[in-house]
Order: sequence, then structure tokens, then C-alpha cells
Amino acid sequence: MVVSLRKLAVNQQGCIKAVTASGEMGRRIRDMGLMPGTPIMVVGHAPLADPVALRMRGFTLSLRNSEADCITVEAL
Amino acid sequence: MPTIKVAVSGQPNCGKSTMFNAITGGSARVGNYPGITVDRLEGVYQQNGDKIHLVDLPGTYSLTSYSMEELVARNVIVDEHPDVVINMIDATALERSLYLAVQFMEIGAPMVLGLNMMDEVKRSGVTIDVKKLSTLLGVPVVPCVARVGQGREELMQAVAAAYKVSNGQWKPIKLSYGPELDPVIERMTAMIAEAGFLADRHDPRWVAIKYLENDEQVIEKGRAAGPLSAKLEALCKETEVHTRQHMGATPDAIIADWRYGFINGLLKQGVVSGGDELRRTSSDSIDRVVTHKVLGPVIMLLVLWLMFQITFTLGEYPKGWLEAGFEWLAGIGTAYLPEGDLQSLIVSGIIGGVGSVMSFTPLILIMFAMLVFLEDLGYMARVAYMMDKVMRIFGLHGMSVMPLIMSGGIPGGCAVPGVMSARTLRSPRERLATILTAPFMVCGAKTTAYLMLVAAFFPGNPTRAMFLVVLAAWGFVLLVSRLLRSTVVRGESTPFVMEIPPYRLPTLRGVAHHTLERVWQYVKKAGTVILAVSILMWAVMTFPKLSEETVAAFDARRDAAVERVKAANPSASEEVLAALTDDAAKTIEDEQNEEALKNSIGGRVSLFLSPATELAGFPWQANVALLGAFAAKEVFVSTMATAYSMGEVDPEESESLSEKLAADPAWTLPAILSVFAFMLLYTPCMVTVVAIAKETNWKWAAFSVLGSMTFAFAVSVAIYQIGKLFLV
Repeated sequence: MVVSLRKLAVNQQGCIKAVTASGEMGRRIRDMGLMPGTPIMVVGHAPLADPVALRMRGFTLSLRNSEADCITVEAL
Repeated sequence: MPTIKVAVSGQPNCGKSTMFNAITGGSARVGNYPGITVDRLEGVYQQNGDKIHLVDLPGTYSLTSYSMEELVARNVIVDEHPDVVINMIDATALERSLYLAVQFMEIGAPMVLGLNMMDEVKRSGVTIDVKKLSTLLGVPVVPCVARVGQGREELMQAVAAAYKVSNGQWKPIKLSYGPELDPVIERMTAMIAEAGFLADRHDPRWVAIKYLENDEQVIEKGRAAGPLSAKLEALCKETEVHTRQHMGATPDAIIADWRYGFINGLLKQGVVSGGDELRRTSSDSIDRVVTHKVLGPVIMLLVLWLMFQITFTLGEYPKGWLEAGFEWLAGIGTAYLPEGDLQSLIVSGIIGGVGSVMSFTPLILIMFAMLVFLEDLGYMARVAYMMDKVMRIFGLHGMSVMPLIMSGGIPGGCAVPGVMSARTLRSPRERLATILTAPFMVCGAKTTAYLMLVAAFFPGNPTRAMFLVVLAAWGFVLLVSRLLRSTVVRGESTPFVMEIPPYRLPTLRGVAHHTLERVWQYVKKAGTVILAVSILMWAVMTFPKLSEETVAAFDARRDAAVERVKAANPSASEEVLAALTDDAAKTIEDEQNEEALKNSIGGRVSLFLSPATELAGFPWQANVALLGAFAAKEVFVSTMATAYSMGEVDPEESESLSEKLAADPAWTLPAILSVFAFMLLYTPCMVTVVAIAKETNWKWAAFSVLGSMTFAFAVSVAIYQIGKLFLV
């Protein structure tokens, strides 16, 4: 099932399908290694439900929901 | 003896600074990169007759031109042409760390990889085949554990070896960027090489890749260099249209994709085995509690509150000792120096001024030690993560929390490093709003002023009063940022893509090192700037002196009063009489001291400003102190001390400044609150203004000076005028 990264629940795993962000946001996201084909897992949300924390490539990354919207994942 | 020039690079949080300190020991000295004020650390290491000169590059994830640090890191390599580049790698996030290393290799400098945090890697059950990694990448790789200094010598040996092998030759590596881009890159490289375009600084292939990545800095340089730039840009546009159509991606995305692909392919050849990249670490488990919906914020407030309690209860003892020490010094000065200007200069000006500032050193030491501990522990990243949503409401960024805390969001910081640390913010707008409001925070210098004022006026519960001051500072910062972000610095917010580092227990040495460095800076400031300003302020409040006639008139009045007392009590004993005459003389002496201060330059300026500051209810001594505090906020306390101790003769009778203030009826509650607010909001100190100018430009620095002044005055007037209606 292909969904937006925002839709992923805590502890749910997924594999990135596409990153639609361009320009600076796209660059920042890619620099951290969020590429198509990267496996990820949501590990938590901040107290106000935003940002979200991901586990990927051996480290933990946080993103805002608005940025997560630019990333589509294949939910596992 | 040859000197090997080495640049130390790495991603944020990779242990680069720790390794740098381990290598250079105490020899590192701090400077600035030209043009911007990112701290530039330099140090020397000697080994087997080789002198190795190291420069610490700012930590970056990539080498694009989106942020100043990235540009600096890149430009140091290109312009200063180091002989070897050390790239420190966080081995627990090997893939992402190599992304930066590969970009350095594309520039071509000889490289040595320092594979840091190997202990953590081992603990997580992963094995890294260091030899294989080295062979596949074609660069020496040294496993390290920087926090215990492990791998330091081996790293330096590898550097010396790499220097000898390279023989000054740079060999940029060539990555493939896929069938869509490779032909274009070849064509562009040929065009660039043929024209010798930007050849003085860059490798042709690197320039071609940067054009495809749409790198603003390189393209701007290219435009200035010649007409070939227009051709290259047209070619890039064409390519972009093509890749968008065929692959649904821009060239820069494809380049990043292939770079990661190269690294991934390399690691899959048996370099890394075991472990699970998505496994929850113990840090993730801790964060289920520490960043929990309810517990997270509760813990955060608790941590802040604890830091307060510890600082103020524990720090009180050494602070008392220091104060007693300076009082003792002042006593000696009064006893042994002949009465006159010299005594007054040394006792009131120097000992009083510098002493009152120095006695806060223990508080600042304790505060910094805890702040550094939390930073090194990784807790500050969690605070940014939890606070982002809130900060965004006010037009700031989760990453603004750090500069704000550094500036004094927890009292004891300093706006200078605070303003400078705002560099980590990618968005120029959020960064500007952070820089302009950070000086409102309760920095170490203002803390000294508030501690003194709080002790004077709210002796019952100083901790609560300080806490309210800090809350007020945060409130003003947030409101003013919102105001700025919807007026002068309007615009979209920027991405929040932040690594949450694992918790790492800070080493005693690391914490001590950073803490002492910051405390030393404070002490140095007290010894230099504040000493100079103390002397200046003393002179301003001493000269010109009262005319001889006025002094004679006061003397005559005092004598007359003494005579009157004697005449009125003919039958009193000697002792009682002495006490009575002293009292009579004291009233007139106080009057004379006040007259003298008012007659001095400082007094005259204060009185000149009085019609304006009266609207805000400032006692006139506060005028001159606030004026002097522009040089450094600590001067507020020292000037007040000088103003209230002028002409004091008997050191036995000296009461603390707070007691003197509490006894002065000019300080009504509305006036106190008004001065409290003004202190918080008015013009940042000289040093901060210079830092703001360096980080932005003089226009924004001037805006900060005038804007804060106007805003502070308006708020103080409002508080005083409204307060007068309700509180008196």
C-alpha cells in the first residue's frame, strides 16, 4: 500500500517510493539519505504530534509533517 | 621540518571536535573564518619530526551552497589547499557519513577517514571490515574512539603517510551519475577544460557537476568568469527538461541518488555485516519517556527548574566567599591608601566594579557545566524536537531553541555565542528573527544585575522571582519574533530535517574543557572590558568635582550642625554626643555626595535624560547605570555599586549594594518592575551588536539597537504608568 509518510503509525515500517520535494527542502531531505528504496520506521511523534521521528540507515531523523507529506512510502 | 596542512572535516555530531581536541591537546586557538564568524579552531601536532597544522572545518552534512558552513568547508579546501583532509565518520551512521566524504573526494584532496564511535558499533552487533572499506574507497581508514582518544596516533601516522604518497597531487574521484547524466557531464567537462573555465580554482568535472546541481555560488562565479557560463546553463536547463520527462526527477536529485547508490553498493560488498538499521536503539526507548506526549514537557520543565535550584543554592556559598574576599580587599584599600581620588578609584572604581562582577563566576560556572552536560548528552536536540511546533507558531524554528537557550533562555548564557550559534538555522528569515530576539534573554551579565535587584527587592523568594524574569524573557522573545515574522522578516518557514543523536554520556574532560573555556571568556571580559568601563564610569561619576565654594559651604553647614547638636545637649556624655554629631553630619554628607554625583558628567547626562526616563519611573542612578551597561551589561551592577558607595568612608559600615537599594525610597514597585523590563529588552551590549552585524549586516545591527531601545522604553513606560494606577 503506497501512502504519504505522514500516514504511517508509530512502529510501522515502510520503504520510500518517491520524494516529490524540490529545491532546498528536497536537497536537505536527500542529504540525510531519504532516497527512493530506503527502508524506514516511524519511532515517535513530538508531544504536539509534529514533528515525526524516523529510524533509518542506522540513525534517527526528525521531520515536520509538512515535509513528510512530500514523501510517499510503501507501507509494510 | 616540513609542515603538513590538514583540514579536519565531518558531519555534525560525528565527534570531530572531540578528536580535534584529543589531537591538539591544549594548543588549539580560536579564530574566525574571514567574512563570517564561524569559530575557526587551529592547532598543531608534532610527530616523528613532522609538524602537522590542523584546521577544524564547520560540521556539515553535505557540500552544497545552501548554508554558510557548507560554503566555508568547501572554500577552505579549494582556497587554502590543505595537504590532507581528515574526514571523521560516525561509524554508527556509516552510509550517511560517507555521503560527505565522497563529496570531498570529488574535489580531490588526499583524504584520511577516521572511523569514529567504533565502540558503539561493536556494541550494536555490527562489524565493519575496515580494510575492505579502505581498499574499495582507495583511502586510508583508521578506526577510532575519539572520546577516549583512541586512534589518535594512528590517524596522524596515516596523515603523514598520505601526505608523502600524494606528493601534493590532487586526484578527484570520478563517480558515475547514470546513463542520463554521464554523457552530459562528459560534454560539459570537455567544454570547461578546453576553455580553462574557472581552472584556477576547480577541477573541470567538478564544475560541470555543480552546474547540474544548480549550485548558486559556482554559477555566480562562472557568470563573472566568461560567456561559457550561459552555454552551460542552457545545457543544464535542457537536461533538466529531459530528466523531468523521463525520470520525473531533477538532475540534482539524480546526482544525490547515484552518490548514495555508489556508497550503498560499496558497503554491500561485505564491508558491513550484522545489525539492523531499523532496530530501536536504547536511545529510542529512552525517548519514549523523555519525548512522551505528557511526560516529555513535564521532564523538560523539571530539568530547567532543577538547573535553577542547583545553580542558586549551590552557587550561593562560593559567591559569598568571593564577595567577602573583595570586601576584605576594599577594606585594605581604604585602610592603607591615602584618602583622595586614588583611593576612590581603586576602592570604588576597580575593586567595587570588577569585584561585583567576578563574584558571579561560581554561578556561571555551575550553570555552564550543566548546560554543556545537557548539550553533550544529546538532550538539547530533544528539546528542539519537542519545541518545534510551538516555535513555528511564533515564526521560529525548533533549532531556534538552542541559540535562545545559549543566549540566556536558561540564565547564565551569553547572546554572543547565542547569536553565533543561530548559524545552524537554514532559513535566513527564522535565523534573523532568532538573532534579533535572542538578546532579550537573561544572559550571564543580566543575571548578575537581576540577582542583585532580586536580592534587594524580592528577598523572600529569589528563585521564584528569577523564574518569572526568565518566563517573561521567553514571552517577549516569542511575541516579538511573531511580530517581526509578520512584518519586517515575512516569509515561508524552512524544512526541519534534524538528526536526533543517540544519548551519549558526556566525559568529565569534555564537559570541564568546554565549561572552563566559557568561564574563562567571562573572566577575561571582567578583567579587560569591564575593568576599562569600570574606570571610565568611575571617572564619569567623579568629575567634574563640586566647586570649592560648594564644598566649603557643605563643610560650614556640617560644622554648624555639629555645633548646634553640642549646644542642644550640654549635659550629654562624650559617647552619646559623638553619636549624635555623627548622625547630624551624616545627613549633610549624604546630601553632599548626592550633589557631587549629580554634578558629575554621568549625573548631568542622567539628569538631562530624566524628563524622558521619569515617564518610566527610573531612579536617576539607574539612568547612568543603564547607559554604561551598553558597553557590557555587567557594568549595570558595578555602576550601581559605584553610585551607591561614593564617598563611603567606613568599610565596617559597608552594607551590600542590595541592602542599600532596598533602603532607597525611589524604588517603588512600579519603578522596580519598569527597570526589570527595560533591563530585559533594551539595546544589546556592544559586543552582541558587533556579533549581530557580523552575522547579518550593519543595517540589521542598527535596527536591533534602535528597535530594542524604542520597544523597551515603550514597555517600561506602559508598566510604570499602569503600575502606578494599581500598585501604589
